[in-house]
Amino acid sequence: MNRTAVARAAVAAALATAAAGWQAPALAAWEPTKPVEFVVPAGTGGGADQMARFLQGVVAKHNLMKQPFVVVNKSGGAGAEGFLEVKNAKGDPHKIIITLSNLFTTPLATGVPFNWKDLTPVAMLALDEFVLWVNAESPYKSVADYVAAVKAGDNGKFKMAGTGSKQEDQIITVALEKAIGKKFTYVPFKGGGDVAVQLVGKHVDSTVNNPIEAIAHWRSGALRPLCVFDEKPMPYPDKVTATQAWQDVPTCKSQGLDVEYTMLRGIFMPAGVTQDQVDFYVNLFKKVRETPDWKEFTRNGAYNNTFMTGKEFVDWVGKAEVKHKQLMQEAGFLAK
Amino acid sequence: MEDIGNLLHGFAVALTWQNLLFMLVGILLGVLIGVLPGLGGANGVAILLPLTFSMSPTSAIIMLSCIYWGALFGGAITSILFNIPGEPWSVATTFDGYPMAQQGRAGEAMTAAFTSSFVGAFVAVMVITFLAPLVARFALKFGPPEYFSVQFLTFCSFIGMSREPPAKTIAAMMIGFALAAVGLDIVTGQLRMTFGTTELLQGFDFLIAVIGLFGLGEILLTMEEGLAFKGAKGRIDAKVVWETWKKLPRYWMTSLRGCLIGCWMGITPGGATPASFMSYGMARRMSKDKDSFGNGNIEGVVAPETAAHAAGTSALLPMLTLGIPGSPTAAVLLGGLLIWGLQPGPLLFVEKKEFVWGLIASMYLGNIVGLLIVLTTVPWWAAILRIPFSIIAPVIVVICAVGAYTVHNNLFDVFMMVVFGVAGYFFKKLRYPLAPLVLALVLGDMAETSFRQSMLLSGGNVSVFWSNGLVGSIMTLALVLLLWPLISRGLGAWKQRIRAAEDRAA
Repeated sequence: MNRTAVARAAVAAALATAAAGWQAPALAAWEPTKPVEFVVPAGTGGGADQMARFLQGVVAKHNLMKQPFVVVNKSGGAGAEGFLEVKNAKGDPHKIIITLSNLFTTPLATGVPFNWKDLTPVAMLALDEFVLWVNAESPYKSVADYVAAVKAGDNGKFKMAGTGSKQEDQIITVALEKAIGKKFTYVPFKGGGDVAVQLVGKHVDSTVNNPIEAIAHWRSGALRPLCVFDEKPMPYPDKVTATQAWQDVPTCKSQGLDVEYTMLRGIFMPAGVTQDQVDFYVNLFKKVRETPDWKEFTRNGAYNNTFMTGKEFVDWVGKAEVKHKQLMQEAGFLAK
Repeated sequence: MEDIGNLLHGFAVALTWQNLLFMLVGILLGVLIGVLPGLGGANGVAILLPLTFSMSPTSAIIMLSCIYWGALFGGAITSILFNIPGEPWSVATTFDGYPMAQQGRAGEAMTAAFTSSFVGAFVAVMVITFLAPLVARFALKFGPPEYFSVQFLTFCSFIGMSREPPAKTIAAMMIGFALAAVGLDIVTGQLRMTFGTTELLQGFDFLIAVIGLFGLGEILLTMEEGLAFKGAKGRIDAKVVWETWKKLPRYWMTSLRGCLIGCWMGITPGGATPASFMSYGMARRMSKDKDSFGNGNIEGVVAPETAAHAAGTSALLPMLTLGIPGSPTAAVLLGGLLIWGLQPGPLLFVEKKEFVWGLIASMYLGNIVGLLIVLTTVPWWAAILRIPFSIIAPVIVVICAVGAYTVHNNLFDVFMMVVFGVAGYFFKKLRYPLAPLVLALVLGDMAETSFRQSMLLSGGNVSVFWSNGLVGSIMTLALVLLLWPLISRGLGAWKQRIRAAEDRAA
């Protein structure tokens, strides 16, 4: 596919250039000389994939780069396939990867040898939020109702569906178990969309879906958000349902459930690239973030719109790694 | 009948000349994508998705869904001509399609395949049009036990299919299960049977196995048998379309069954691939002439193609109404919807009427346009078989290699494909059936996951599979199908005894 894809994408880019008229790119010294492979360490249709394809579209639409992005899914081994490919492409500036929490969880859980230090951190584009959801027909109207019900039941009575095993959803579930003092029955599914539907169909009791995975069911009145696992409420005042907006969902901590977790949507490059090359992508994503398309995208997905680059980003990633190691160790998820 | 009004409005939207043009381009690209194994509909749609961001969402989804139809049609072509399934759901089409081509009936097989595809898709679109709200709720009833019961039913409807000794069938199926288990286990998050190598992380992709086992395996066999295509003597004639059409109404029952299985599997969403296998299995079971299946029975083409297309089409329904994609292609389309600012879900039908009904209208039109296009190409495709084998064989090998590479953009997969090709050759030489292996490989993983999810939910209690009417009746049906040979033998013996008793009495 690569050749064809590249050829097709190149034709498309040429057409787009012709259509939009030539624009002088005010760029740093280096720029890509051939199409850039955009690796997604997850399957098609998931959150990371959606963001990568969105970025590909925005870059083409606004003519932000002379060469096109070519999105390639490498989801094998919980994303290890994609990370290993970028790790092995030392010094190649025409390859970037978008991350989800599997940057930390996959090597810890499976023992596959890679680490974020094998890559060059470029930028944090956003943080994805996690929300505690229950079925709208369930009697739990607030976090207090929910926690009381979990506490009243036996261990394992409450069923929590989540994406994958020993990944972010299960990490949050373990943190909830610790905070509440009761065990859940965690049931892993392949994708966030499946998870949301299982809750709508009442096959499980709750989920910790990302906003974008569950918004449709919230709007249709099938699901109810109880709280968001972030330090601040989500800053989006537009009404999603007749009465509620994302910003009306309280933080879990404010409701007495002391669990916080967000997921990195960041961009990394292979090791051994020059600062010039990193700067090119930093500038590119800064421009993307200024487009109206990006603003709409983050509003729809209720992303935590934090941007970081350079040392600040490296420090953040370092801390996130320590946090994941600690959480995974406590949960007993580390590979033996 | 507000829906009819909406639909007519949808036709008005879809019938602008730009949209018709997008439709045509989409179908042609789709057929091409379907013909190239590996470059499936999902990849095709994913590549072209960003190009459509500047179009209006309605035009964009019309073009993308037409690529999807085109790919569904195109998948049958290589299955019939070269025994290489272009798409996973075309595997069952090879079982009888390829023998037909070898007997010089390639044109007939392709006409049957395209026409059945059309019928399946058309029925599925009608289901979407008239039953959308009703049917969408039904998919919500499907939890892990229900999924497992459907997968179990697929296995049971397929077992006993092969004429080979049961021991060989079971051996082939077990190899399939073992291969399916390689890679990441979703329930525990652990790697299995990768033996520390990073190449095996992603497991064995179904398509790579199929391209090798069927495509390359067949080439090796043909080489041994003397470098000639048996189908070369086939008549090439535009009349073949009419002649086949005259025959097809005879198989209305197979077709109807295919539609039902397909719609059911698409909506629930079990997927087009299991649907095609299940439909083929059922057609053979219900047929009076079981032995002709696998030797070029036209019903063996009608059954899987109808079901695959009905499933592929109805898979768009859960995507639109619930946001759950019924197929990988639907998953990519789903991403597109989100990027265009369309939120799939129950409210899409209320808030974006124009978009939804434009899409549904384009399904009707896209299918009709698609059928006309592919039918006119039948003689051309059949003519390929006239090319000498020594020229076409290297081309097929290249197509196989490119196809295997395309699945994951991974060179290792090409080597795996060659290994599977050699394995396929020995399987055929030693008369081991390939179908059970392939079925186990494609469904084994899913069935295992659903089973273990069910066990987690029920705390290890198997009675969960009879915990409600829906799952209970599917499981019971599956068991009846599995044990049918025993049951029918028992019934036969019982009847005979009665008759004997009557004779004695008389």
